[in-house]
Amino acid sequence: MRKVVAMTGDQAAAEAMRQIEPDVVAAYPITPQTEIVMGFAQFVADGRVQTEMIPVESEHSAMSACVGAAASGARTMTATSANGLALMWEIVYIAASTRLPIVMPVVNRALSGPINIHCDHSDTMGARDSGWLQIYCENNQEVYENVIMAIRIAEHKDIRLPVMVCQDGFITSHAVEGIKLYDDKQVKEFIGAYQLEHSLLDIDKPVTYGPLDLQDFYFEHKRQQAEAIKNSLKAIPEIFAEFKKYFGSAYDFIDTYKLDDAELAIVALSSTAGTTKVVIDELRAQGKNVGLLRPRFFRPFPKEKIVRALSGLKAVAILDRSEAFSGQGGALFAEIRSALLDEPKRPLTVNYIYGLGGRDIDLQQIKSVYADLEKIVKAKKVKDLINYLGVR
Amino acid sequence: MQELVEVRWHGRGGQGAKTAAQFLAEAALDAGKFIQAFPEYGPERAGAPIRTYTRISEKPINLHCGVVNPGYVVVIDPTLLSPAIVEGLSDQGILVVNTNEPIEAVRKKTNFQKGKVGVVDATQISLDTLGRPMPNMPMLGALLKVVPLVKLEDLYKNIKAKFLKKIGEEKTNANIAGIKKAYEQVRVG
Amino acid sequence: MAEKKAKGWKDIPIGGLIDKAGSAADYKTGDWRTFKPVRDEKKCINCLICWMYCPDSAILVKDKKMTGFDYEHCKGCGICASVCPVKCISMQKE
Repeated sequence: MRKVVAMTGDQAAAEAMRQIEPDVVAAYPITPQTEIVMGFAQFVADGRVQTEMIPVESEHSAMSACVGAAASGARTMTATSANGLALMWEIVYIAASTRLPIVMPVVNRALSGPINIHCDHSDTMGARDSGWLQIYCENNQEVYENVIMAIRIAEHKDIRLPVMVCQDGFITSHAVEGIKLYDDKQVKEFIGAYQLEHSLLDIDKPVTYGPLDLQDFYFEHKRQQAEAIKNSLKAIPEIFAEFKKYFGSAYDFIDTYKLDDAELAIVALSSTAGTTKVVIDELRAQGKNVGLLRPRFFRPFPKEKIVRALSGLKAVAILDRSEAFSGQGGALFAEIRSALLDEPKRPLTVNYIYGLGGRDIDLQQIKSVYADLEKIVKAKKVKDLINYLGVR
Repeated sequence: MQELVEVRWHGRGGQGAKTAAQFLAEAALDAGKFIQAFPEYGPERAGAPIRTYTRISEKPINLHCGVVNPGYVVVIDPTLLSPAIVEGLSDQGILVVNTNEPIEAVRKKTNFQKGKVGVVDATQISLDTLGRPMPNMPMLGALLKVVPLVKLEDLYKNIKAKFLKKIGEEKTNANIAGIKKAYEQVRVG
Repeated sequence: MAEKKAKGWKDIPIGGLIDKAGSAADYKTGDWRTFKPVRDEKKCINCLICWMYCPDSAILVKDKKMTGFDYEHCKGCGICASVCPVKCISMQKE
């Protein structure tokens, strides 16, 4: 049984957390994540979950408490945005390197400064090398489902890594959409019971978490992390399949829209992909062969899938909602372009930085990108590698 | 109904523009439609002009940008009337305004000459029914008379589900009475 | 340090976990020493202040009496010699 209810993206994340009912949630509220923590705190106050909620005094403490709780074997969650993620930075790396399966909804917001509370991806893109897995959600339904799935992904024995479930600040976090909810029982059955192999609280088998790790073993532990990310590419599809069996929704590392016979494509994360689909329908009606690729996962980076999907296209515009200041385009562009380098049938690629600080990306802007791609194909070369879409 | 309907609400912080946009969407959701409702966040302060949006569609809504060309513009606060308020509204669009002034006065202030205009004194209605100036609910009634985006019964059902526990039966009924009154009193020209 | 070849990334617990309690004892810090403590048994009053202060738990005690040093772990820091109230511990070249 499922019901469709009206919820914001934040409420969808909080509802998923209620159904997951983690052992510990340590969190600090920050715009635009606030309604997740507020909503979950209400569930705790109303006795609807038995979770130990730790209202910490900062995000640094939030992630620290999560690390301690997760090392003790508790199923642990938190949530944050932008400057909150920045404040927990030190511990974000520790959570990943200690291999603790913490799940954290992140509501993407521009990382100051200048200070801004609206959407871009500068916060989580900055954390792309932290060792966390990163899922990017297009709409509220995906937020809800990905938060549930993230528990299984994080705790999978071949992965054992923390997961960020990212959604666009305000654009989905504060927009009401109809979402299908699943039964509490079904969700609990899907995520299953959690048993950490080595608990910090097991006095019969005492262990040490987080010891000093110098030249002699640090490198080996980092190598293990790289392997776990690699393993996740194999293990996550098992979880996709099981999710489909339980709930009917099909997931993959990437989402494509009318890409099979496309000559031109846009690559974009999260909610912008939805708006792009509307443009594609309009341009297809005019006989233009345009399509979309949306990576759902940025970590693990689904290189094979992306290369296969884009190979053979004539030109591809990769849209980044954050600036990397490298002169080589945003993170998504740099990685996809690099992945395509060895592909004999690689398309021409061009980068657009867009939507910083919540600047709206509308249908016209996206249309202009497809128009640019047509020009690139005609000229057989990319004139400006890095472009700024919608800036004055 | 068209495949995708977009409504833009103009109000001031505290007047319930967000709630109105959401209630309309939720009533449409109950009727099996696909919906979005979202505010345009700026300075979140009482009195600041704010815009909120409702999208209703027969198909899943992929759009995640702001509403540029709304089919309907609802103005909850009459002091916001200016030509800027009808930005993006085509001649086929409809403007619904909370005002005690005639339609011609609204056309003059907004420079909106060709499309339909609906007027209703929602502030007075809310004072009469609820005892305080909360024109958002009456404006929902006015809009639904001008264009039957959802059935009144679906809206009432939703309001009851949301309000009964929160504000009690008396005030919930007062809100519904306000919607009914505005539905009956709105003048369109 | 003459040691057997250290384990590789496939052979160690993940995440820097140490899954064995008290494993610090396996780390022989005795070869860090330049000077070693030597006790004059005749002068020692078995007050065990050295035992309290030793940062490496390298003072050996049996039946409430000091019996010597654990030279596998004593780093030769000299704290025992410094705190001894009767100066019965001297630091001597290895």
